[in-house]
Amino acid sequence: MLYFSKFRIISVILISLFFILIASSNLFKFENNLLNKKINLGLDLQGGSYLLLEIDNNPVIEQKIQNLSITIRNYFKDKNIRIKNLKILGQKLSFSVDENFKQTVLDTFNDKESELNPYYPRFKSHQLDIIEENNIFFVNYSTQGIVKLKTSSQDQALEIVRRRIDEIGTNEPNILKRGNDRILVELPGLDDPMRIKSLLGKTANLTFRFVTNNDQDSFGAEKLSYEDGSEEDALVSKRIILSGDNLLDAQPRMDSETNETVVTFTLDRVGAKRFGKATSTGIGKQLAIVLDGKIISAPVIRDTIASGSGQISGGFTFQSATDLALLLRSGALPAPLNIIEERTVGPDLGQDSINAGMIALAIGFVLVIIFIFVKYKVFGLITNITLILNLFLLIGILTIFEATLTLPGIAGIILTVGMAVDANVLIFERIKEELKNEKNNLIAFDSGYTKSRTAILDANITTLLAAIILFFMGSGPIKGFSLTLGIGIFTTLFSVYFIARLLTVLYVYRNKEKEGLI
Amino acid sequence: MIAFNKYYNQFNILSISLVVISLFLLTFKGLNFGIDFKGGTLIELRSTDSKINVSSLRDNLNSMNLGDVSVKNFGNETDFLIKFEINNNKNIIEEIKVNLDKSFGNTFDFRRVENVGPKVSAELLKSGVIAIAVALTLMLIYIWIRFEWQFSLGAILALFHDVLVTLGLFSLLGLEINLSIIAAVLTIVGYSMNDTVVIFDRVRENLRKYSDIKIYDLTNISINETLSRTLITSITTLLALLSIFFFGGEILKGFSLAMIFGVIFGTYSSIYIANTVLVRLRVSQKTVLREDESI
Repeated sequence: MLYFSKFRIISVILISLFFILIASSNLFKFENNLLNKKINLGLDLQGGSYLLLEIDNNPVIEQKIQNLSITIRNYFKDKNIRIKNLKILGQKLSFSVDENFKQTVLDTFNDKESELNPYYPRFKSHQLDIIEENNIFFVNYSTQGIVKLKTSSQDQALEIVRRRIDEIGTNEPNILKRGNDRILVELPGLDDPMRIKSLLGKTANLTFRFVTNNDQDSFGAEKLSYEDGSEEDALVSKRIILSGDNLLDAQPRMDSETNETVVTFTLDRVGAKRFGKATSTGIGKQLAIVLDGKIISAPVIRDTIASGSGQISGGFTFQSATDLALLLRSGALPAPLNIIEERTVGPDLGQDSINAGMIALAIGFVLVIIFIFVKYKVFGLITNITLILNLFLLIGILTIFEATLTLPGIAGIILTVGMAVDANVLIFERIKEELKNEKNNLIAFDSGYTKSRTAILDANITTLLAAIILFFMGSGPIKGFSLTLGIGIFTTLFSVYFIARLLTVLYVYRNKEKEGLI
Repeated sequence: MIAFNKYYNQFNILSISLVVISLFLLTFKGLNFGIDFKGGTLIELRSTDSKINVSSLRDNLNSMNLGDVSVKNFGNETDFLIKFEINNNKNIIEEIKVNLDKSFGNTFDFRRVENVGPKVSAELLKSGVIAIAVALTLMLIYIWIRFEWQFSLGAILALFHDVLVTLGLFSLLGLEINLSIIAAVLTIVGYSMNDTVVIFDRVRENLRKYSDIKIYDLTNISINETLSRTLITSITTLLALLSIFFFGGEILKGFSLAMIFGVIFGTYSSIYIANTVLVRLRVSQKTVLREDESI
């Protein structure tokens, strides 16, 4: 254990220098690309917002089931099978057919080539499940069907969330999928998440529909309230003239005539055609502009609008018009999003945490160094040099991987400082014991290193196990703790067995004959 | 040499009582779960007006019907920590901001806002419990591979003792359990194990070396031989933790306190639980030799 080849000595020195250089790149700016790396600060240190959004898929499923009822009716109509008693029961639908068609219906649903009910060979499952009870068929989405549906609405929602956040222009947002119905949004440096929260909380489902005065409308009608509550509820047809999908662009504007803030929009070709037709046939009628089930305004059509552009007024402030335009530009969410977890840290608290963490690290470090020096003198000095290099190694590795440092992460570094001396202490204590029976310093040191090895390995493996579990189970800041604690174990082992041992060897060879060396 | 073994019985009784009291506290008093595990909202405020105090802030918030509101100073006189239960109002934070500005003028800086919904808090609690269970299991497997079963039992009992008594103390003092406490508990598990393993390693080595010393004295010799290491490591770890506790800011206080308790209990249990289990199971040289043959 005491032999070091020249090659090894040089390698250890080079590695140490390399990590000192890398670690210091956090403080200085290097031109070199390899060195120009920095540890990322977690949201709790640099300030920012963490939002966990959950997609409420129930309305999507209900909508799909509604569409499905029409599809089923038409599909079997073509085959001359009459669907009777078609009912929608939330996320399920039921119907019945004549006795002699029952098998045909079942076969259609269970056919692997079925157009009506797609089959997923990978999961050995159909999209829909069908069961028959007392001559009534019940159809609902299969487990796999729901998963597919959720995944697709998650993909869409992720895209829309990204567009909305990009429009606001925060720096380096982090938008990730979680499970199959959640989206994680991290917004560093964002002080007040109020605006983003309200923007993400809106589905932004825009429709243009006529206001009617009888509920005998062939498409059905529903009573909707006004967004600002300025007028009484109005009866609005369910027939959709235009939807948000037809918009090419939307911008906030100041209307020079009325001095009011409005949102102007441009329609695509299909939308422009439909809008032109609706405005020419509906002169004198009220066209309601409905956003997420609330009427923004319902102007009376005075003229045919064939240009494919128009404007929405509704008592906007400039801010609310800007937000509405943004929502319309980025598109509607497939389903409502709920914020189920939010953590926001202001930038000054982040800075306070950094300062407190650094002070605690400095004080903890100094206390440990003094204690070890008093206890072990020369070997204390060796341990302390090792400890300092260990810190550089740890910070260097975090820098190379551009890891994220959190406040608990700093605690992990401080704890590493406290626990890192353990390995050296185990070795030195063992050497002391060996020296009681062995007069030759070299032999005593050698066996001290050898005999303490299993205990050191055991001790570090147990801590490493705890760190690994934390890494996989923990979230955000806690992950940062497990990361520094875990990496700290490796750097500690390296610095003890290479750096500290090298220094010890150099010292012992010079003082071979000295008694009471340690 | 210190005669640790003279007090094996007394400290066993003490440990058993501590565990029983802790279980009693955990069952009847329960833990003070923070919003991470209970759901709800936490707001950290800093005021520029030193006249505002906890009670005026509390009166103001109570008028907003937030349910069970807790308001307290956080670190110093002008910093406040507000906590309340799960609230279904999506804009509650904005409303509180408006209300506070109206009542006190624009004096508050919202330094930190955390809002955890019921679903997330239930999941966090579940994953916290799983993490601790997985940690204990992995430690059990590790020590079972490394040592004879008598040693494993001793180490695991020591672990359970440390975790239970630390949580019991948190229950007694009504300290908040949040995500960072789970991290602390897991680190305690690692630390306590580490401490126990170092002593066990020596016990086993000595068992092979001396055939004529009874386990009662042999454990004592081993404890003494490793004692200075045990103390030095505990002291340096405690130095690091104390500096986190006193200088690391309010957010890390709970974490560092749990760890301080854990290190103290961990050191104690390695000596007085892990070793006494070996004594009570009458571990002898045969125990380790048999294992060697079977390999």
